[in-house]
Amino acid sequence: MTDIGFVRSNLVEPRPAPVRTSGAIAWAQKNLFSTPLDTVLTILGLLFLAWILPPLYGFFFGNAVEPNGTVEQCRLDNAGACWAYIAAEMEFFIYGFYDIPEQWRPNIVFALGAALLIPLLIPKAPFKRTNAVLFLLVYPIVTYFLLAGGVFGLKPIPTEKWGGLLVTLILSVVGITLSFPLGIILALGRQSKMPIIKTVCVGFIELVRAVPLITILFMASIMLPLFMPQGTTVDKFLRALVGVTLFTSAYMAEVVRGGLQAIPRGQYEAASALGLGYWKRMWFIILPQALKHVIPGIVNNFISLFKDTSLVYIVGMKDLLEAVKTKNDTALEWQSANTATTGYLFAAMVFWVFCFGMSRYSIYMERRLNTGYKR
Amino acid sequence: MTTRELGHNAAPRVSFFNDPVIRGIIYQVVVVAILVGFIFWIIGNTAANLAAQNKTTGFDFLWKTAGFDISFTLLPWSRGSYYWEAFLVGLINTLLVAFIGIIFATILGFTIGIARLSSNFIISSLATVYVELIRNIPLLLQLFFWYFAVLKAMPAVRNSIALPLDSFINQRGIFVPRPIPDDQFGFVWIGLALAIAAVVFLRQWAKKRLEATGQRFPVFLTSVVILLGVTGLLWFISGASVTFEPPVLERFNFKGGLALPPEFAALVFGLTIYTAAFIAETVRGGIQSVSRGQTEAAQSLGLKDNDRLRLVIVPQAMRVIVPPLTSQYLNLTKNSSLGAAIGYPELVNVFAGTSLNQTGRAIECIAITMLVYLCFSLITSAIMNWYNARVKLVER
Repeated sequence: MTDIGFVRSNLVEPRPAPVRTSGAIAWAQKNLFSTPLDTVLTILGLLFLAWILPPLYGFFFGNAVEPNGTVEQCRLDNAGACWAYIAAEMEFFIYGFYDIPEQWRPNIVFALGAALLIPLLIPKAPFKRTNAVLFLLVYPIVTYFLLAGGVFGLKPIPTEKWGGLLVTLILSVVGITLSFPLGIILALGRQSKMPIIKTVCVGFIELVRAVPLITILFMASIMLPLFMPQGTTVDKFLRALVGVTLFTSAYMAEVVRGGLQAIPRGQYEAASALGLGYWKRMWFIILPQALKHVIPGIVNNFISLFKDTSLVYIVGMKDLLEAVKTKNDTALEWQSANTATTGYLFAAMVFWVFCFGMSRYSIYMERRLNTGYKR
Repeated sequence: MTTRELGHNAAPRVSFFNDPVIRGIIYQVVVVAILVGFIFWIIGNTAANLAAQNKTTGFDFLWKTAGFDISFTLLPWSRGSYYWEAFLVGLINTLLVAFIGIIFATILGFTIGIARLSSNFIISSLATVYVELIRNIPLLLQLFFWYFAVLKAMPAVRNSIALPLDSFINQRGIFVPRPIPDDQFGFVWIGLALAIAAVVFLRQWAKKRLEATGQRFPVFLTSVVILLGVTGLLWFISGASVTFEPPVLERFNFKGGLALPPEFAALVFGLTIYTAAFIAETVRGGIQSVSRGQTEAAQSLGLKDNDRLRLVIVPQAMRVIVPPLTSQYLNLTKNSSLGAAIGYPELVNVFAGTSLNQTGRAIECIAITMLVYLCFSLITSAIMNWYNARVKLVER
């Protein structure tokens, strides 16, 4: 009998540690240096950042003139952004020519709007229905009388004096709330089986979408007064509002149509089988599903509308951009090399914050409402 | 107890108002009545207003002398030119800016769209920052920025910044050398045309051969050789030459060379940068819409990386990319009307602006302007429909 036994007499050598798959180095290897080309791109990217970031930092912060600085500092050779100019003209950028002692009125409008809008945007906040009614029906009326005045002893302030961010916000909020239902109606009209209604809706949508907003605003500013009975004057603000709203509603209609077409026929038939009439069928069955599909498109339209309000200078309104431009061109006491740049950068920041906020909110809502289609 | 007979075929008794057909007719009649009434009301008001202002209507003004200056034209223009010539100048300027903008925006947009999908963290982040920054700022603001804050803030003519290749940039615009081909240069164009025809023919032949025999032919390389070879050969034989006339600083302004006014430069710059951000998103969406399974299937067929992209991925991505891309082109063309805000003499500026103000023919001018954009839109959608029909998924 042979004795074949084997007992290892020494310990196994420790194996090398596994290649790291987590941590900073592994991440860099995977995302920055995975191939030679990747490495070159990374280096180029870093060089680009090194080239562009220091001057940007210098302009915005390092050499910038603080909000409480003076114009002499802005006129120095190496001065950066002239924030002092923004701080000094802030009132004009927000309210335009609105009477200074009456500026508490827009302030109340801003505060009221925020107080009503924020709970409306938070899904868990209660009293949605009351909140929506207040925001969509009561708030516009209150806003109008508060801003225009003429009642309750408030000093009347014509819309020509409104300006700045105030106009931008009012135009976009009213434009959004009006163009959305109008767009839905146009989209339903386009889907309608009645030939005349369909033709009217298609004609309107295609005509408006084919031309630039600038021509529609030209039309609103030059032709609207011609269309009205003699002696009536159409308020400039109203002209801008009509132009922007009609323009956006055509785009909105196309987005909503996309949603309507995505709803399978079975849904329409099932709703009819339940005995629902046309409007009930749309309101309870079709639109909730269709609109959910097209939230990104709808919000994109809102963002476009918000950006497009910058064109209302054509009808003579001083919105945020036009207010900034006016000051850039006329505020001689603030003239310096960087004044105009700073002004436009400020306006850009304001627009960017609002638009970016809207797009992030739409992504959030899309995820939340993405029920029933998860795979 | 009464029994009802079943299978009775009489029409169900519905009150006349609840019949959907009759209802539909009533609704439509009401809509038509309101619409017609509204239109008549507007026409009546307009006529009354025009009469009160002693204004005439009609298109006869097109054949009157315009008598204003246009700062940038490709067509011959003088103060004695007619209004219809002003219309043409505006139209050509719009098309010029749209054409150049579309070319640059496509190149930049595709680059950034692909960069956004890069696995390289820095490159994709830079592309994302670009897109999110540019898309969320109004185009008009960007145009103002480029025009007033950048180009108008350039140094005065005397202190022009010299760029490479004898170019200069200053307050009055960008000045580049003007290429002047000599008389023999026509041969070079002929050569180029011949080469292009040869390349088209070669491609067709190579495709036919590939389908018939499975043998491949290096089409791309041969095409490059033909293009460069034939053109170069004719250039050499004909002895054609191009001289460049550089801009020269005289006492007050540059003389010679090619001058790009700052309005033009700002508009092209702004439109390109803005539209490229949207094109980038379109491209990204299109590439992402091709599922991974397609890549894997192509790999398992043994296609090389190059062929995989060219034959499998890109054709499928293009089907998704092209329709929104076309509408971005249309958007760019429509957005070029914002040039009016910075004084670039395009259609809206020249015709719906200056001409309208001088003649007072508001309805006619705006109608013609809108009609032009409507035509752009109809042509674009016709092309798009043709393309969609061509690349449509052929289903079983």
